[in-house]
Amino acid sequence: MTNALRLYVHYIGQSVRSQMQYRASFLMLSLGTFFQTGIDFLAVAALFARFEHIHGWALPEVAFLYGLINIAFAFADAASRGFDLFGIMVRSGDFDRLLLRPRSTALQLAGQELTLRRVGRLLQGSIVFLWACHTLDIAWSAPKVCLALFAIFGGACLFVGLLVMQATLAFWTTESLELMNTMTYGGVQTAQYPMTIYRAYFRKFFTYVVPLACVNYLPALAVLERSDPLGFPVVLRWIAPIICIVFLVVALQVWKIGVRHYRSTGS
Amino acid sequence: MNTYLSDSKAYAAVCSARFRTLLQYRAAAFAGFGTQLFWALIYIMIFEAFYRSSPATQPMTYPEVVTYIWLCQAFLVILPFNADPDIRAMVRSGNVVYELLRPANLYFFWYSRAIAQRTAPGVFRALPILIIALVFFEMDLPPDFLAAGAWFISMIFAVLISAALTNLLNISLLWTLSGEGISVLLAASAGLLSGLTIPLVFFPDWSQAFIAFLPYRYVMDIPFRFYLGHLSADQIWNHLPFQIGHLVALIAAGRLILNRGIRRLVAQGG
Repeated sequence: MTNALRLYVHYIGQSVRSQMQYRASFLMLSLGTFFQTGIDFLAVAALFARFEHIHGWALPEVAFLYGLINIAFAFADAASRGFDLFGIMVRSGDFDRLLLRPRSTALQLAGQELTLRRVGRLLQGSIVFLWACHTLDIAWSAPKVCLALFAIFGGACLFVGLLVMQATLAFWTTESLELMNTMTYGGVQTAQYPMTIYRAYFRKFFTYVVPLACVNYLPALAVLERSDPLGFPVVLRWIAPIICIVFLVVALQVWKIGVRHYRSTGS
Repeated sequence: MNTYLSDSKAYAAVCSARFRTLLQYRAAAFAGFGTQLFWALIYIMIFEAFYRSSPATQPMTYPEVVTYIWLCQAFLVILPFNADPDIRAMVRSGNVVYELLRPANLYFFWYSRAIAQRTAPGVFRALPILIIALVFFEMDLPPDFLAAGAWFISMIFAVLISAALTNLLNISLLWTLSGEGISVLLAASAGLLSGLTIPLVFFPDWSQAFIAFLPYRYVMDIPFRFYLGHLSADQIWNHLPFQIGHLVALIAAGRLILNRGIRRLVAQGG
C-alpha cells in the first residue's frame, strides 16, 4: 500500500514537471477554464436577478451548492485524466503495456496525469463558495467544517467513480461514450440547484443510482440548517457522503472485472 | 472577380465533400442525441422551477422558453465553439504549408469546410430531437408561416455567420498554438452570448446593448425568437442589414488576419 502510494506520488511529480515545461500554455488554459466556468455562474446570477429565488433558495444558497460541487468536480477531473485517455489507449493497443507491469492498472492510469489546468475550475468554485459562505453568515462549527470537507471528498470520489465506470465501458465498446458526460458534467449542472426542483424520476436517479444528492443537497441542508421538504432522515445529512466512497470502491471492482475481460485490439 | 465566379464551383465541391465525410459519424450523432435530450430536460426543469417560484412578469413566457431550449439543443452544432480539428492537426504538423499551394483562395477554402462543419453533424441530431420534442415534450411549432419564413431566412445567416466565426478560430491557430486558453474562452462565450446557456432576454437590461452589438446572437437567439414569434416576422427587415453587415465584416476581418498570418508563417523543413 505504501509502495503504491509512493509510486503514485512519483508519477504525479513527473506529470507536474512535464506540464510546467509549458508554463505559458498552462497559465492560458487555467485562465481559460477559470473564465469558462465563471461565465456559467454569470448566467445563474442573471436568472436570480429576474426570478429572485428558486423554491425558496436565494442566490447565495444556490452559490453554496454550486461552489461545493464544482470544487469536488475540479479535484476529480484533475486526478482522472488517465481514465479519460483510456479509450484511446485501448484502440491503439497501448493498454497492453500497462498490463505487463507488476502494478494495478487503476493505479497506473490514475498516475498518468494530474491535470493542473483544472485549477481554473477549482479557483472559480472556491471563490463562489467563499462568497456564499460570507453572504450567508453561516454559524460555522467544527462538525460543519468537517462535513463540508467530507462532502467535497465524497463528491470527488463520486466523480472519479463515474469516470472509472465510463472508462470501464471502453473494455466492451472500445470507445468512450460521450453519453456518459451527462453523468459528470450533467451531474455538476444538476447539483447546482436544490434537488427539490426536479421531477421525481430525475431526482431519484441522482439520489439512488448516481448518489449526487448525498454529497451536495443533503450535507448543504445540515450546514445551512434548512428544513427538507423531501423528508430524508436528519442523520443522513451528516453521513451521506460515505455512500459515494462506497460508490468509488464498487466502480474500481467493476473495473477489475473489465480488465479480466480485456482483449487487445492487436493494432 | 471573374475568378471568384469560376471558383465558386470548387468551393461548393469542397463543402459538399466535407459535408459527406462528416455525415459518416453516426455513432457520435446518436450519442449526441441522447446528450442533448438530457441537457434540454435539465434546463427545462430549472426554468419550470423558476417560473413556479416567482409571479413577476418575465421577458419570455414559460412555453416560449421550453421551445427555445429545444431549438438550442437541436441546433447545437451550429455554435462556433471549436476550430476545424483537421486544420489544427495541419498547423501542428506543419502540413499547413501544402494548403498554400492550392489554386484557391485559402480563406474561402477553409470557409467552405467550416460551413460543412456547422451543418453536417446536425443532420442526424436535429431532426430526431425536434420530432421527439414536438410530440412528447411540449415544444411548439412556429405560430404562422411568416414566422417560419423569417426563422428560415435567419437560420441561413446563422450558419454563414457561425462559419465565419469558426474560420476566425481556424485562422487564430496560425498565430498561437498555445492560445488554447483563448479558444476555451471563446467557446464558452459563444454559448453564453448566443443564447445557449440562457435566452439572451434574461440578461440584465444594462447588458443588452453590449449583447446586441456582437454577432453571436444571430447564431441562435435571433433566429429562434423569429421561430417563436417573440420577434414579429416583419422585424426581419430590421435585422437583415445587420446579419449581412456582420457576415461581411467577419469575412473581411478573417481574410485580413489570414493574410497577415501567412506572411509570418515559417515552414520548417523535414
